Amino acid sequence: MSPVEQPKHPSGDNRFKLLDRAITKHQARGDALIEILHVAQGIFGYLENDLLIYVARSLKLPLSRVYGVATFYHFFNLKPKGEHTFVLCMGTACYVKGAEQIQTALEEHYQCRFGDTTKDNSVSFITARCVGSCGLAPVAVLDDAVVGKLTPDESIRRVEQVKLSVPEVVS
Amino acid sequence: MTLEDLQDLAEQERERQDQKKHRVLFCSAAGCASCGADKVSAALKAKVKEHALDKECEVIGTGCMGLCGEGPLVKVQSDDTMYRNVDVRTAEKIVESHIVNGKKVDAHVCDTNVPFFTSQTRIVLENCGRTNSESIDEYVAAEGYAGLAKALTEMQPADVIEEVRKSGLRGRGGAGYSTGLKWGIVRKAHGEQKYVVCNADEGDPGAFMDRSVLEGDPHRVLEGMAIAGYAVGAQQGYIYCRAEYPLAIERLKLAIKQAEKAGLLGNRILESQFNFRIDIRIGAGAFVCGEETALLASIEGKRGNPRPRPPFPSEKGLWGMPTVINNVETYANVAPIIRKGSDWFAGIGTEKSKGTKVFALAGNIRNTGLIEVPMGIPLRTIIFDIGGGTPDGTEFKAAQTGGPSGGCIPADQLDLPVDYESLMKVGSIMGSGGLIVMDSTSRMVEVAKFFMQFCMDESCGKCIPCRVGTRHIYGLLDKISKKKATQDDMVLLEELCMMVKETSLCGLGQSAPNPVLSTLRFFRHEYEQLLQPVETFEGEPGIVVDFEK
Amino acid sequence: MAVKTLTINGEQYSAQEGESVLSVCRQNKIPIPTLCHLEGLSTVGACRLCLVQIEGIPKLLPACTTKVEEGMVITTSNQKLDKYRRMIVALLASEGNHVCAVCVANNHCELQDLAYEVGLVRVRYPYLFPKKSLDATHKEYVMDHNRCVLCTRCVRVCDEVEGAHVWDVAGRGIDCEIVTGLDYSWGSSQTCTECGKCVMVCPTGALFEKGVTVSEMEKKKDFLKYIITARQKREWVAFTNE
Repeated sequence: MSPVEQPKHPSGDNRFKLLDRAITKHQARGDALIEILHVAQGIFGYLENDLLIYVARSLKLPLSRVYGVATFYHFFNLKPKGEHTFVLCMGTACYVKGAEQIQTALEEHYQCRFGDTTKDNSVSFITARCVGSCGLAPVAVLDDAVVGKLTPDESIRRVEQVKLSVPEVVS
Repeated sequence: MTLEDLQDLAEQERERQDQKKHRVLFCSAAGCASCGADKVSAALKAKVKEHALDKECEVIGTGCMGLCGEGPLVKVQSDDTMYRNVDVRTAEKIVESHIVNGKKVDAHVCDTNVPFFTSQTRIVLENCGRTNSESIDEYVAAEGYAGLAKALTEMQPADVIEEVRKSGLRGRGGAGYSTGLKWGIVRKAHGEQKYVVCNADEGDPGAFMDRSVLEGDPHRVLEGMAIAGYAVGAQQGYIYCRAEYPLAIERLKLAIKQAEKAGLLGNRILESQFNFRIDIRIGAGAFVCGEETALLASIEGKRGNPRPRPPFPSEKGLWGMPTVINNVETYANVAPIIRKGSDWFAGIGTEKSKGTKVFALAGNIRNTGLIEVPMGIPLRTIIFDIGGGTPDGTEFKAAQTGGPSGGCIPADQLDLPVDYESLMKVGSIMGSGGLIVMDSTSRMVEVAKFFMQFCMDESCGKCIPCRVGTRHIYGLLDKISKKKATQDDMVLLEELCMMVKETSLCGLGQSAPNPVLSTLRFFRHEYEQLLQPVETFEGEPGIVVDFEK
Repeated sequence: MAVKTLTINGEQYSAQEGESVLSVCRQNKIPIPTLCHLEGLSTVGACRLCLVQIEGIPKLLPACTTKVEEGMVITTSNQKLDKYRRMIVALLASEGNHVCAVCVANNHCELQDLAYEVGLVRVRYPYLFPKKSLDATHKEYVMDHNRCVLCTRCVRVCDEVEGAHVWDVAGRGIDCEIVTGLDYSWGSSQTCTECGKCVMVCPTGALFEKGVTVSEMEKKKDFLKYIITARQKREWVAFTNE
């Protein structure tokens, strides 16, 4: 950290400075909405209402239009995700090789449907439309790692493994 | 950069490569990357350094080598040896034994004298697995940007269009419209601005062709787009790439930066009067954005709702201006056509379908991976010779092409030549090139249901037939698969399929019933086996809407 | 402007260049059912009810967005088109929770009229009974999502005529819903001008005035023509709402 205090963003949250930079880069044009939402989600993790309002005001767009776009595209999350994410590929190749059985097994084991996060907020289960690694079907992306040639049991084992590796929370 | 500079650069790079005694290539495409290619490359580089071979041996990451199911793949270019299932230990042995002592690591050598490799014709993928995907110099050394240079220095825009038209190149995204004709319309259309858009929103589940091209040879796509820009009179291009392909986006960004720096994109390209910029737009997870009008709406920052055509994007596209939209593979064919001429390209393939097609082989097939074959090749050759057939003990049942817009082709149709018209005739489509093989364990009603669920989830919701129709088709398929349906439901199903196909606004809805219709056509007995024998089924009890006044 | 001649259902008609097929049909009293279309708003071609068959074109095209061309041969009604129109209305009926007998718009409802027009007798698809909400937070009006057919007229009139863009469509596919702001309650909207245009253009009982009961909600749409002519031509035409 540099000893010189950085000027703070008026909101008190300096992450907005990063967002402002992206908005300026796109000259605050309304047609950059999707680009800006990508940046916003990258910085903040998910798109909460205040953030959507901030983007709408900055790009001079109506709130409903921003909300309409944010809810149209599946890549945007309006709710925070769990500590870990398990993205199961439901592409044709994975489907043919048994992705559905993996889905059923995980849903039963964790009592959590795909699209939701477990009650203890540890894992979010998501399905994807082909991650493009069909050679390794069935495939999932666990946090950032691609895991291939999965079985139902192996999937549960992998999720348990990653749950155990939670970095200790610094108090 | 001038034309001479470009030729010098190519010469220098070829010399540099010749001076290396060994080039060890590792596949850095997504398939291999996800099974440990990074560790393999680190091990290769460490060993090369340890043996002080830096001067004579370089380790390079390339685009997809094809045999994705056997990754990570490594290739020693000097004697064309390919290794499969390479782990860290094998990587070390490759350097210690093969490079240092000239003794191959036999256990991992992959025989390349088999149909998987020998039956392919590579145009789009010519550099994949051969050159460094992150080096513009290597692309230039492999005749890269020579097509653009030829167009700018020797040809008028109209000549470029004529050359592409004569080559017979058709859109590789699905519908198969003549690329040259499309460019001609955009050239003639009036507009202050014109745009060139590359559709890299490869959303078909089970397809990874475009991804491989973008990751393995990004400059080829940029060059194709720049040639299109010159031909139609556009100065701005957009690549619309799906967010699920972070590596492709990274490589594209790097490639654009390199090309701008080298004066191959930007202002006064190769010191001509032609200016062309390319920007990337990242999708956000909507299959419908592969439809061209929805894609344009998305680039404009809106919901990806398609709009009725006409007017077609070639007349009114991005921000109302004439716009060329082609997919990745189409652009990837352009530079070689300009470089080698339309006659060469038209000499490959069939009468109406020219050139090659890249397919992603997946599902119940021995050799999963990426292949490029001449148009017109029989499906049987692709599946049994190149793909090696189904794994032991299982029987081939159907091949699915065209993703959720395509159909299932049964065993007795396997001698079908792969071209646009033949596939259409059996109720499927070429699509972007996903080819999923199903064996006897696949139940076709479930397959149809899977695709219908996909279309239902991906429907934008704008038009009624697609929004509600796909929901009901899914419901009927679910009912059939749970053995609760009757013959009446079959009638409803077929009626709905035809109606959704004929009345939906865009290609997603119009083709959504294809998987159902094609399985009904070839595997009808599988549906009928599941029906209730009851002849007079009363139907679901429900409140009848009272439309009486 | 050039005059184009075309054939509709076997009869010859002439039309202005740039005119839509629908407009020609309306002028000549040729019936074509529509839902998303409303004179004065942009065309979206979404409901697919106005699909017609044009000789030489393999696909059915919406009359509202298709421009006339010299020598066009158009069929606006045949067994197939009529059947598809019936099916589309049936799909709409199955999608929402439409119960005419208790609806404020009963007898004044375009969906009901359409069902008559296309001859829908029985809905053969299972009703989806979606769980939809009713928003009565606005002091003048109510939005009942159960009766919404997603024609987007409210979205367009608010954006294009009133200029407030309070409404938009959120979600995707079968889960699409009309929202105000960030899915706020309508009453808390700071941008709504309470002009009521959306209520008047709504074809069904989804948007209605507070206080009305069964069959009482009549939609008066002529204001749209009045405003648009005034804006475009500075002419204030007679208002014909009875």
